[in-house]
Amino acid sequence: MDRYLFWIDRVSAFSGKAVAWAIVALTGVVCYDVGMRYLVNQPTQWAFDWSYILYGTLFMVAGAYTLSRDGHVRGDLWYRALQPRTQAGIDLALYVLFFLPGITALIYAGIEFTKTSWAIREVSSVTASGTPIYPFKLMIPVAGALLLLQGFAEMARCILCLRTGEWPRRLHDVEEADIEQIRALVQGEKKS
Amino acid sequence: MTPGRTDALVSAIKRINFLDVRTVGVILLALVILLNVMLLPPPAQITNQHLGMVMLGLIVIAILLGFPIAFTLMGLGMLFGYFAFHRPGMGLTDNPVFDQMVLRTFGVMTADVIISVPLFIFMGYIVERSNIIDRLFRAMQLAMGGTPGSLAVATIATCAVFAAATGIIGAVVTLMGLLVLQPMLKAGYDTRLATGSIAAGGCLGILIPPSVMLILYGATAGVSVVQLYAAAMMPGLMLAMMYIGYVMARAMLRPEQAPRLPLEERNVPTWQVIKLLATSVLPLALLILAVLGSILAGVATPTEAAALGALGACVLALSYRKLSWLRFKESVFLTARTTSMVCWLLVGSWLFSSTFAVLGGQHIIESWVLSFDLSPVQFLILSQIIIFLLGWPLEWTVIIVIFVPIFLPLLAHFGVDPLFFGILVALNLQTAFLSPPVAMAAFYLKGVAPPHVRLGQIFLGIMPFVMLIIVAMVLIYVFPQIVLWLPSVLYS
Repeated sequence: MDRYLFWIDRVSAFSGKAVAWAIVALTGVVCYDVGMRYLVNQPTQWAFDWSYILYGTLFMVAGAYTLSRDGHVRGDLWYRALQPRTQAGIDLALYVLFFLPGITALIYAGIEFTKTSWAIREVSSVTASGTPIYPFKLMIPVAGALLLLQGFAEMARCILCLRTGEWPRRLHDVEEADIEQIRALVQGEKKS
Repeated sequence: MTPGRTDALVSAIKRINFLDVRTVGVILLALVILLNVMLLPPPAQITNQHLGMVMLGLIVIAILLGFPIAFTLMGLGMLFGYFAFHRPGMGLTDNPVFDQMVLRTFGVMTADVIISVPLFIFMGYIVERSNIIDRLFRAMQLAMGGTPGSLAVATIATCAVFAAATGIIGAVVTLMGLLVLQPMLKAGYDTRLATGSIAAGGCLGILIPPSVMLILYGATAGVSVVQLYAAAMMPGLMLAMMYIGYVMARAMLRPEQAPRLPLEERNVPTWQVIKLLATSVLPLALLILAVLGSILAGVATPTEAAALGALGACVLALSYRKLSWLRFKESVFLTARTTSMVCWLLVGSWLFSSTFAVLGGQHIIESWVLSFDLSPVQFLILSQIIIFLLGWPLEWTVIIVIFVPIFLPLLAHFGVDPLFFGILVALNLQTAFLSPPVAMAAFYLKGVAPPHVRLGQIFLGIMPFVMLIIVAMVLIYVFPQIVLWLPSVLYS
């Protein structure tokens, strides 16, 4: 079972990390545009379109990766104090009650939305650059589908936890303010 | 923004007596459910407005239950929206709620105000991961030399600069805790004074621009982010000054709590101090000033300034030879996760609030609040107290995207400037990190403090600083010019 769950974690991590690099592209595009405007006085039209396309793709597609690392904010004052079994029970119920209808509706609505846009090969209406935005709209159902997949993994984990009384392991990488990492950072500095 | 929960943090939290928290949780839940049931009329008379109230009650319950809030908002917005929009004879899938859903989502995806959020977050992680703070603190400490409470003053000054550059509370408090708590305790500083100044200083990033919180408030309230930044400058500096003044006063009155450093540690040649300042504080300060200055002067949009700031942070970290490929990669991935957390919360809340508006829930709240016949002052005090209390169990992102919008339509009625209100909220939300039981700043500090430092001591140490925040809020209310002066000079 763990093997399948880890596989889903990896799919989410792969997609999330792939789009994460959009932040570097976004920095580059905006800086390039500023440079063109002030240095050679030739503002670019496409830069604005690309800036929101990169930003939107970044956060939408990274949603599943964030879920796989339990990164979506919870009001967990009370939750943290509960037994793992109780936590899993609450989570499972609310995944079925809120997460499934919400995300399924988003995928369905996103497909319809993309279809209309795709049929006319829609271009940006914000600027006159003619940047195509129908692939950007496709990111809504794609992000929804990735989230749904990760959501199934989370629900499976809830069921496993209900059976065993312990939360199954999940994949980990960097953590914000991970104390060990930051300690290594500070102490590594002092040694060198 | 603290999605990553670490073992040390959890174990620190487990040490509080959780019987109480659990009981309180059950009582709260019961109260909310009871209130909901009591206020509802018999089923035949239930209107859409009542459904709106049920929706609001359910969101409070779901938040208490600890489910990821973004998906709670989406689920509730979608299910209630489905009923709100449903008309007899409508097909199962032609419900307008689907259009609403995708339009709100696309709205967040194309919101140009928010594009600067990931860029500022990226800049923050680069500055954090490249450990510039170490030099910064050493330079500040030497520059403070013989002033009373010099270590604590240097801590707050470093926090203010660093927090402005990163705005990531958990990271600032953790880094500063590792870096300066031991030296301070070794120098004989009072544990409460030392921990209090680290925790309070680390939270200044919420207020001091370029703060991500102000961007989100601006996007939610429809206030210009540029004006918000201009408005937050003076209060931010004022609060940092108040902290420093308090620490110095305490060091002078009770020298045993903050002994002066021995002479040999203070006697560093002036040119050496200047050199250290020039290579550590100056570049970062220049970077922040360039970012802020270009926004305030109207030369660059927040997005452009943030992108240049992120580039500048990379260049700075590279020139210090602190930016390894691994650290860079970590910054990129962390940026994606934090951005995704914030923006999915927005997706959920935009859908939730549009359904809430269709159901007319806002009307009930408005007529309810107006029925008390409050004066503007009473309204301001009441709303700030509510936000203060919400800050105990909730994170600031949640308060900004779910609860602040409930107050916003009422501002016009009471003649309160949304700009002014935003700064009060930003000041107020710092207490969300500092006040128990979920004082994230205190837990992060506890996680890196030596074992003999108790959580209770940290809380006691933080208390005077929370008082100072409240004093600052009163000051700003009495002298609104502190907030409004800079925007009026720049954009009149």
